[in-house]
Amino acid sequence: MIRFQNIHKSYQVAGQDVPALNGIDFEISAGEVFGIIGHSGAGKSTLVRLINLLERPSQGQVLIDGRDITALSDAGLRDLRRGIGMIFQHFNLLSSKTVAENVAFPLKLAGVSDKATIAARVAALLARVGLTEHADKYPAQLSGGQKQRVGVARALATEPAILLCDEATSALDPQTTRSVLRLLAEINRELGLTIVIITHEMDVVRTVCDRVAVLDSGQVVELGPVADVFLHPRHATTRRFVLEAEHVDEGEQVDDYAHVPGRVVRLTFKGESTYAPVLGAVARETGVDFSILTGRIDRIKDTPYGQLTVTFTGGNVDTALAHLAARDITVEVLRA
Amino acid sequence: MNELFVNIDWAEIWTATLDTLAMLGGSLLFTIMLGLPLGVLLFLTARRQLLEQPAVFSVLSFVANVVRSVPFVILIILMIPVTVLITGTSLGVAGAIPTLVVGATPFFARLVETALREVDRGIIEATQAMGASTRQIVLHALLPEALPGIVAAITVTAITLVSYTAMSGVIGGGGLGDLAIRYGYQRYQTDVMVVTVVLLVVLVQGLQMLGDRMVAHFSRK
Ligand SMILES: Nc1ncnc2c1ncn2[C@@H]1O[C@H](COP(=O)(O)OP(=O)(O)OP(=O)(O)O)[C@@H](O)[C@H]1O
Ligand SMILES: [Mg+2]
Repeated sequence: MIRFQNIHKSYQVAGQDVPALNGIDFEISAGEVFGIIGHSGAGKSTLVRLINLLERPSQGQVLIDGRDITALSDAGLRDLRRGIGMIFQHFNLLSSKTVAENVAFPLKLAGVSDKATIAARVAALLARVGLTEHADKYPAQLSGGQKQRVGVARALATEPAILLCDEATSALDPQTTRSVLRLLAEINRELGLTIVIITHEMDVVRTVCDRVAVLDSGQVVELGPVADVFLHPRHATTRRFVLEAEHVDEGEQVDDYAHVPGRVVRLTFKGESTYAPVLGAVARETGVDFSILTGRIDRIKDTPYGQLTVTFTGGNVDTALAHLAARDITVEVLRA
Repeated sequence: MNELFVNIDWAEIWTATLDTLAMLGGSLLFTIMLGLPLGVLLFLTARRQLLEQPAVFSVLSFVANVVRSVPFVILIILMIPVTVLITGTSLGVAGAIPTLVVGATPFFARLVETALREVDRGIIEATQAMGASTRQIVLHALLPEALPGIVAAITVTAITLVSYTAMSGVIGGGGLGDLAIRYGYQRYQTDVMVVTVVLLVVLVQGLQMLGDRMVAHFSRK
């Protein structure tokens, strides 16, 4: 539905071409929550702003529902933008308008003039984001989380098919972040909206995204379902994001198991198997002993997962690993 | 009391006050009508703005700076033929207004431009992302957001115009400045000078207070 086709983008800085995106080529499907993660300056904002052409590509095309949007006329572009909502890190609400007027603003711009229609839509949107009592306040009188909820309501006013979120939770505390993410997930579920989320926090991706692209120096270095990317990161940048999310220091990972006897493996459980008594069963079947070195059990969006680093001693370790693999557990040998 | 103010003809002071107010009101109105669009244009055509037009911006900016760098007293003299062309006279309230407008418009336009630049870029961008045309961005986002700044700009401009009206008194513009020069300065009637100056101070104070109140009323930040 949103397709980036060999996108290059550079900015002119003091007469010099400074590249921001280098050969971006992927697709975001209709109805998914797609995360784009990357460090500061990786090109995330530039990339997401191509979708509503706040930024134009220097080369390549952006297709939405098969239509090349870079070829649109001014009027066509304005029309396209009405079908794409956007929320921002710093909310960007109009300080001169009340909450209700802010939410009504996109409708007014789109030429909806019937007062009753606008009032009904605004009331429904404010109810959805839980701000009904704050309709007549000005943005300056709201907390950050409330402001972002106004931002969400405003972005939904014209019933867009796509919602773009540029670091929408970066200015919020963890608890408020969670509530805004819950709201986004709910909107995605109930309205079937495609959501593109830009962030530098793996936690945000893990909580709401279906798929994720990792952006590094203007290139996508890894892309896939969040569980795959999160549990089996291949690129160094991705690995760093995952470790950050786990609050693990990278240096501490490497030589930890020097004094541990046996074969060290990492087991990854996903979905149902996470809560099944697999490890004990396999140990009984094959006579191996195991001890857990580190581990975590958590959720990625709606999927539970577990990842354990285990050492096996005695018995038939090879058979044990084969049995685990047969039960849909991913087995990675860290030290033979 | 009467001995102190022997030279004062209150009827004349009243007329002069009305003249000053008429000059101020008339010139402020035209200054806003011309300066507001000019300020918006300066803002929009500047680098990295919505209608980036370096050539247009440079010309406007240059003309505005030239006019602003001419001392107002000189501008009054330079404007005499133009004023006669427009109003048929270079004297009185009508004769003073074109010069006041020309003197104040570039000043006001610059203040408007500055007020617009104070508007958060993110707000313009968000409005743009909603599919607004440039016209809609200006009318529905930029101007309402910059309103407190624009009201402050109008206040400063009005006060500047008060002192300009006093100067146009020099060449027969009428008003309180004219009175101060003719009686207070040329005939050494200090009491007239004092009364006119007090009235001008009261006027300026009043304008500032009114302006501050309106700014506070329109500010939502
Ligand atoms: N308007 C601009 N003019 C010049 N260079 C720009 C402009 N916008 C972005 N860049 C450059 O392009 C690169 C990518 O910027 P971008 O804003 O897309 O990064 P980002 O991943 O969103 O970073 P952040 O997390 O800090 O927001 C950076 O090197 C930045 O300096
Ligand atoms: Mg950014």
